[in-house]
Formats: sequence, structure tokens, C-alpha cells
Amino acid sequence: MTSTTARRRSVTVPWRAPLAAAVALAVAYFVILGGILADPSQHLTFGDAIPQAQAQFVNAVTIGAIYALIALGYTMVYGIIELINFAHGEIFMCGSFVSWWLLTTLGFSGAINDPLLLVGVLLLAFAVSMLVMGVVGVVIERLAYRRLRNAPRLAPLITAIGVSFILQNIVFVVVSNSIVTTPQIIPNTQLTLGPISINLINLFVIILAVSLMVALQLFIGRTRLGRAMRSTAIDRDAAQLMGVDINTTIALTFFVGSALAGAAGVVQGLYFGITVFNIGFQAGLKAFTAAVLGGIGNTTGAALGGFVIGFLEVISSVWGQGRWSEAVVFGVLVLVLVFRPTGILGQQLADRA
Amino acid sequence: MSGPETPTATTADAGAGRSVRKPAPAWRVALGQVGAYLGRHQSLTIVLGLAITAAALPLIVLLPPLNGFGTQKDFVGGFADAGVFVLLAIGLNVVVGFAGLLDLGYAAFFAIGAYTYAYGASPFSGLDIPFWPMLLVGALVAAMFGVLLGAPTLRLRGDYLAIVTLGFGEIVPVVFLNADKYTNGTNGIVGLAQPSLYGIMGVDSFGFTNPWPYFVTVVAIIAVAFIFLYRLQDSRIGRAWVAIREDELAAASMGINTVTTKLLAFSIGASTSGLAGVFFASKLSIVSPDQFGFTVSFTVLAMVVLGGMGNIWGVAVGAFVVYEIQSQGLKQLGSFVQGLHLPTLTLGPLSLDIGSINFINFQYLLFGLALVLMMLLRPEGLFPSRRRRSELHESPEEAAESNVELVQA
Repeated sequence: MTSTTARRRSVTVPWRAPLAAAVALAVAYFVILGGILADPSQHLTFGDAIPQAQAQFVNAVTIGAIYALIALGYTMVYGIIELINFAHGEIFMCGSFVSWWLLTTLGFSGAINDPLLLVGVLLLAFAVSMLVMGVVGVVIERLAYRRLRNAPRLAPLITAIGVSFILQNIVFVVVSNSIVTTPQIIPNTQLTLGPISINLINLFVIILAVSLMVALQLFIGRTRLGRAMRSTAIDRDAAQLMGVDINTTIALTFFVGSALAGAAGVVQGLYFGITVFNIGFQAGLKAFTAAVLGGIGNTTGAALGGFVIGFLEVISSVWGQGRWSEAVVFGVLVLVLVFRPTGILGQQLADRA
Repeated sequence: MSGPETPTATTADAGAGRSVRKPAPAWRVALGQVGAYLGRHQSLTIVLGLAITAAALPLIVLLPPLNGFGTQKDFVGGFADAGVFVLLAIGLNVVVGFAGLLDLGYAAFFAIGAYTYAYGASPFSGLDIPFWPMLLVGALVAAMFGVLLGAPTLRLRGDYLAIVTLGFGEIVPVVFLNADKYTNGTNGIVGLAQPSLYGIMGVDSFGFTNPWPYFVTVVAIIAVAFIFLYRLQDSRIGRAWVAIREDELAAASMGINTVTTKLLAFSIGASTSGLAGVFFASKLSIVSPDQFGFTVSFTVLAMVVLGGMGNIWGVAVGAFVVYEIQSQGLKQLGSFVQGLHLPTLTLGPLSLDIGSINFINFQYLLFGLALVLMMLLRPEGLFPSRRRRSELHESPEEAAESNVELVQA
């Protein structure tokens, strides 16, 4: 890394990224629109297709927000201990079950129309789910991963698969072996502002996800603990020599990442109204794809990757009647890993294989 | 491996000790000679060992308490199915155990082998190619896909490779599910031809009712695979795999072409899986996409890890034991616990009635626990290969122990 490249980077004009994002979003919108128009089973006119395309566009952003929240945990854990935490998808799944358990225990079954109560219940659901899953993440790290920090790389990876089996099977046996209906407490209200129309739940999810991501960026970038996390990720031994408590820092990383997955789990319940013991695997794999797509270890990239995956999924389901969306997402994963393993925003990772 | 002795002891007792030592009894000498002979003839040992195992297993199940759990016929059918997993496990062992590449989409090659047979011998395709050549074809097709997947991806680092293979393992069943014009979708392809010996030894078509021909066939396939893999392990390629597993950079600088060697491991693993797939499809006579999900890949991985990565026998035993626990043990445990009449636990909307627990539901919990505990406590597996054990426990005592085994083997 020479000083010239560093200078060239700092000179990069800041309007490029928003412009690229705007162009990408516009392209995505028209691809979705094209898919809806091309659907032979509907035969829609242009005017009828537009509201549908808009709804699908918002849907893509919402799904993308969920993936982005999960992807952040993957990328943080990978950044700090170079472990693909297979159990992370199951943390997300458990989070959805915690919020289901809380809401049904409190006696809610449908929309809450009192705004004050709604805000209170939402705060409670997110706080409980994030806290519980954060603690679960820390416990998993302590019991299953910490001892293997210096073991051959295969060992913690296999342990992570084992942990994911355990979590999934516990939910399967203790809670339910089939799809569970979760209370959708946010009322189904359509908000209209000029030509744009958006459902309350979509708006809520997008705002929530974005604010959590901003909070995370501030936490990592501006706080003492965030600095400890960054330095541990760069060089664990050197960080330790500088007085960083490695174990606490790694535990904290697991806490934050798992709490975000817990939040994504609550969103899953609120948005889709269902959850099931095996959603964690697929969601985890897709979120991991998002993390890789954005450049693993890079939190901004993970968030970006999440939205890209959301759009990919919606586009492929619009064009292929939903059947091929999984294959498309995993196909993208394979292609990205093969041709650009550093991802969209990824920095060059040290090769430790 | 005598330790250092005190000078006085050596000088005083050296002569006495030599004269006191009795000659070994004749049976021990004979046993030693047989052992040495078998040690020199590995393939013969494999054939004998498998033959004895295969002959003993159907007899063991006639003894109590096993005979209470099912008829001999049921058990033999179960053993034939277990054989499929033994094949899968020793194949995955080449990839994970020898070459150290974590393949999480191994079931994809199993599926490819099975569908290859379905195309070769079913009313769906209209072809009726006999089972025996299809075994080879299935192995070759699976190996080809192994190369196709491996060629672009094997340059990746270990955990990225794991994810790519996981993705591949997810895509393949989705393709078989959705390309229904060619695969008959969810319903799968049915009515696959049964293997036949054309009247040799009185066996015509294998049929559904008699598990014995399948059992013998799978043991034979396993024997061939064993011989092949053992010879491969001791060859230049086998040593190259270990070298890559230990240190890819060092292996490359020693002149090993790492990409080709890894590709070879990948395709040999895939071809074993393809063999297993062909056999599996012919035994069940039906293939459908849901038989080849990621649970199969992970189950086989658990078998390899538990058995002891890198040790062919260990992995085979691991696969057999895990399969039998999964298919028989948990069922029996369930009926045992049901008899205890335990109370129901309740926690909010959750309730747990221990008596009604179906222990088969717990198999992944057990797999998970086994994987975690194994990695934490005994990462070399239950039946480790010597080399793995010496890598993972580098105390001088155990190193000496493994040296003794090395001398004896």
C-alpha cells in the first residue's frame, strides 16, 4: 500500500457512490417492472404493472434490510476471528421465536391500533429479542469457539455447524416442528405521499434497519470499544499488547452481531407473519452471500450486499415465478467467490489458508 | 522404546535379562506371521476383514437383545442402506480427511449419481442400461461434475470453498426440483430398474423383498472402494494430499501441483459418492430431489468427523455406527422412554411431554453435540489416523505410541 494509492483514494469524489446506487436502484426497478410485464399469467397493462412493481421494489428493500442485518453479524465475526459462524442463521431463527414467544405470552394476536402501545410493545420485543440473542451469541462463543481459536481452521467451522444443528433441533423439538404464525402487530396501513405509496410495516423495517446500521457504524467507528474491535480484527496479538482485552472484545462482537440477527428475527415475524425452525439455514446462507458480496469483514459492504441480495431474490422471483430465486442467489454466491472473492467493497484479506 | 536406565542396572542385569526371556509360544509366532503376511498384503486384508464383518453382522442381529428389534431381513436391509453411507463417508474422507478441503455440498454428487442411474434405467427416459455398467457411468458423471465444480473453486481458501460447495449442494436439488421437464420435479423418477445377475448364482432381478443381494453387492462395492482408496492413500498422490492439507504453500514449493491434486481429491470423492448414488437409486427404485438435501451432506460430514478424519476404516465404522444409531437406536430409545411415563413440562406457550418425545427428532441435536464435543475434546475422531493424532496431540509419549503402531503395522 503506497502513499500514491492512498492519496488517490482520498481524492475519490464522494458523489460517485450515491450516483451508482441511484443508477442501480433505477435499473433494478425497471427490471422488476419488466418481469411483471413479461409475466404470461397476468397480461398486465403498463399502468397496472406500475403499482405492482412499486410494491415489489419496496418488498425487495425490506427483505434486503433483513438480510443486511443478518449479514452484519457474519461479517463482524469473520472480520474479528476469521470464522464463518454457521450458527448465525440459527440465531436469527431463534430471535424470531423469542419475539413470537414474547408477543403470544403477552396475549397479542393481531394488529395493535393504539400507537403508544404499539411503540411500547415493539420496543420491548426488540429489546428482549436482541438481548436474549446477544447473550446466546456470547455463550456460544464462550463454550464452543473460544477454545478453538488457535486450532486448525476446519475445527471451529465444524463446531459452528454442530452449534447450528443444536439450536435448530432445540427449536424443532421444544417449540414446533412446523410453521408457526407470529402476531403481526403493526397495522396494515398504506401510507401515500404523492406518487409514492408504502406500507407502514415496510417503512418501519427500512427505517429500523437503517438506524441500526448507522448506530453500528457509529459504535465501531467512534467508540472506544469499537476501536478495540477494529484493532483486534487487524492484529489480535498487537491489540493485546496495546492493552485490549481480546476475550471481552470478541465476546462483544458476538453480542452485537447476534443482537442484530435477533432484531432481524423480530422483523421476520412482523413482516412475514410466520416463522419456522428451519428458516435459519437458508436465510443464513443468503445473508452470508450478502456479506461476501459486499466484501467480508466490511460492515458497509455487508449492508450493501444485503440489499443487493434482496433485489436479486425479488427480481428472480418476478422473472421466474419464484422457483429459481434460491438457485440464482447461490449461483451469484459461487460466481462472486470465484471471480471476486473480495466482494464489491472488500479490501484485500491476508491469505492465511 | 525402552527408557534410559541407570548405569548400574544395565551393567548388572544385561546378561541375566537376556537369558530369562522365554521364547514366545507357538500360537503367538503363528499369529505374528499371519499378521506380517497380512501387513504385506493390504488388499487381501481388506477383503478378508470386510468378508468377516459382512458375515458376522447378519449373525449378530440374531442374538438378544437385537433380535427383539426386528427380523434378520430388516436388519440386513438396514445394513445395505448403511453401506450407502459407508461409501459416502469414505468418499468424503478423501476430500476432507486426506486433502483437508471442507466439502459441505457432498450430497450433490450423490444426487447426480442417483439421477444418472435414473436416466440410464427407468421408464422415464425409456433406456434400460444394466446396473453394473451404470455404476461406472454414475461414478464418472459424478467425477465430471466434481471437476466442473472444483476447477474454478479450488483456488479459494478453505472456508470459502466450504461455502461454495454448500451453495452447490443447495443448487443441485433445486435444479432437479425445478427442471421438471427433465427430472419430473417433486415426484421424482420412479420405477428404476433393479440390478440383476442374469441367473448367476441363482439371482435374477434383485427385487424388493430380498435384501441379501443388495447387502452383498454393497459390501463388494465397498471392498473395491477400500482397496482403491488405501492404495491411493499410500501412493504419491496420497502423500501429496496430506502435504497440501498440512501446508499448501510448502507443498506447492515442493513441486506439487496443488490445483490438480486437489481437483483429483475432489473428483475421486465425487465419484465414490456417485457410486453410492447409483446403488442407492437402484435399491429404492425411485429418485426425488428431497432425498439429497443438505442434511445428507451434513450427516456424512458428521460420520467422517466422528469416525476420525483421514482413517478409512475409522470413517467406515463411524458411518455404520451413526447410521445404525440414527435408524435403529433412536427408535428403540423412544419406545424405552415412552415406557417410563414422565410428566409434562410447561413454560408459557411451550410445553414438553417427555413421554411422547420421538427421539428420531433429536438426531440433529445429537449430531450437533457430537460435532462440538468432538472438536473440543477429541478433534481426531473416535478412530483417528496415526498422522492426525500425532498432529493434534504432540506430546512425546503419544508420538512414541504412534511410532510403535507404525512399526507394528
